[in-house]
Amino acid sequence: MKNYFMRHLQVLFYSLGQLARTPLASLMSLLVIGISLALPAVLYVTLENIQQLSTGWGGNAQVSVFLKHGTNDADARALAAQLQQHEHVSVVQYIDPDAALAEFKQHSGFGDALDALDRNPLPGVLLVEPAENTSAAQLDELVETLGTLPQVDLAQLDMKWVKRLKALLEIARRSVLLLGGLLAVGVVLTTSNTIRLAILNRRQEIEIMKLIGATNAFIRRPFLYSGWFYGLFGGTVAWLLVTGGLWALAEPIQHLVALYGSDYRLAGLSAPASLVLLGGGALMGWLGARIAVSRHLAEIEPR
Amino acid sequence: MIHFHHVSKRYPQGHDALKSVSFHIDDDEMVFLAGHSGAGKSTVLKLISLIERPSRGECMINNKNVMKIPRWRIPYFRRDIGIVFQDHKLLMDRTVFDNVSLPLVVAGHNHREISRRVNAALDKVDLLNKAKLLPVTLSGGEQQRVGIARAVVNKPAILLADEPTGNLDERLSDEIMDLFAEFNQHGVTVFIATHDLRQLKRMQKRVLQLHQGELVFDSLEQPL
Repeated sequence: MKNYFMRHLQVLFYSLGQLARTPLASLMSLLVIGISLALPAVLYVTLENIQQLSTGWGGNAQVSVFLKHGTNDADARALAAQLQQHEHVSVVQYIDPDAALAEFKQHSGFGDALDALDRNPLPGVLLVEPAENTSAAQLDELVETLGTLPQVDLAQLDMKWVKRLKALLEIARRSVLLLGGLLAVGVVLTTSNTIRLAILNRRQEIEIMKLIGATNAFIRRPFLYSGWFYGLFGGTVAWLLVTGGLWALAEPIQHLVALYGSDYRLAGLSAPASLVLLGGGALMGWLGARIAVSRHLAEIEPR
Repeated sequence: MIHFHHVSKRYPQGHDALKSVSFHIDDDEMVFLAGHSGAGKSTVLKLISLIERPSRGECMINNKNVMKIPRWRIPYFRRDIGIVFQDHKLLMDRTVFDNVSLPLVVAGHNHREISRRVNAALDKVDLLNKAKLLPVTLSGGEQQRVGIARAVVNKPAILLADEPTGNLDERLSDEIMDLFAEFNQHGVTVFIATHDLRQLKRMQKRVLQLHQGELVFDSLEQPL
């Protein structure tokens, strides 16, 4: 058993040495793989950041709570004060029916027609501003709660833009997955081709190995390790590209965010995401090598 | 040790390389396989090392019927056979030591065992002082000796050689042949394909002669 691990360790370092033997060619392959992996990683980070930002959208959303007719000012103000205590509520503003009518007259242009009415048709309204960092689900819940209050006729949230954003994010997420999948196939093919060339370059050596009793598993091993290294180092290149890019962009983005009066901090690749990037890269590389090896190693037989 | 019973080999293109060849070689023998190029010498060696399979007939090597050895067992089968090639087939980017150690590495021996046996093999072919060199820096005769060391390092039961002296001058050829004879004295079955008539006369060993795929002469039956 110890022998077995020793042999694997030897092959591991041998494959590493093979990569170092042709530094330029290896570097080119690593860059191709790295860039392929960096693209979906960049999109992923962008998406994560947009999502992070949009969870704090409470500041912009407003719930209009229409009170039942006949609710007097005192009751309305009491309710406003009560709602103010709610954990997801930031500010509650009461607009009494008279004020609402005055505003409506002023903005709608129906002033004369409204004068013809013998009584004010508008209900009292509470404008509820959700607290910052209220999630979409919490917002829904809040609107529902407000709607069931006895004094309330209707609680309404203009959800359109929120829903649109959500839909957009969903499309973006799918696109990242699709693109990631395609580029992963690209990485597999790139490594597969690199390993194929390595196999053909060492055709004679492989023939000799077979003649002196090397099993296919033995001959395969260094190539699989090479593929694994290509993927792993390619993933590292991708990680460096993404992290470097974020580092370069951090300052202007911080500046932009500051202009919006937010203290949002740009999120980079998290530890799990980095692991996925490196592990996924290594897996793709190994898979590519595996494909090349299974196709070309059997063809090479001593003659 | 090597037993051919009416063995024929026809290649896919329809060329008959061997026609019903029968012979038997015992454990302690050293035998030469003679004949012009194209007579079928290489085919015989390929059948023994399982590079090719017979089209007809029975071929027993080391008490194993080659037809009954599945593909995946071939590497293990080959570990009992040492092969010396005319063009040496050395790995030019590895040292003499690494070349000779290859059969042991492949078979999964441990580090200490490998260095002990490689040094013993290199000592036998008198190249211990060149272990750290690359094969390109060696002369043709030395490269051939590296090939021989690699073939015997695994202590195989059978030693095959395909024109081992083809590119060497007389003095080096004599050296190489004497080396083979020495291994034979240590109990290894040695089977050498050659058209070097001088060596056949000099060594005075059994000779099998092939002509156009047929065994036309066996000195065991018809002494020279």
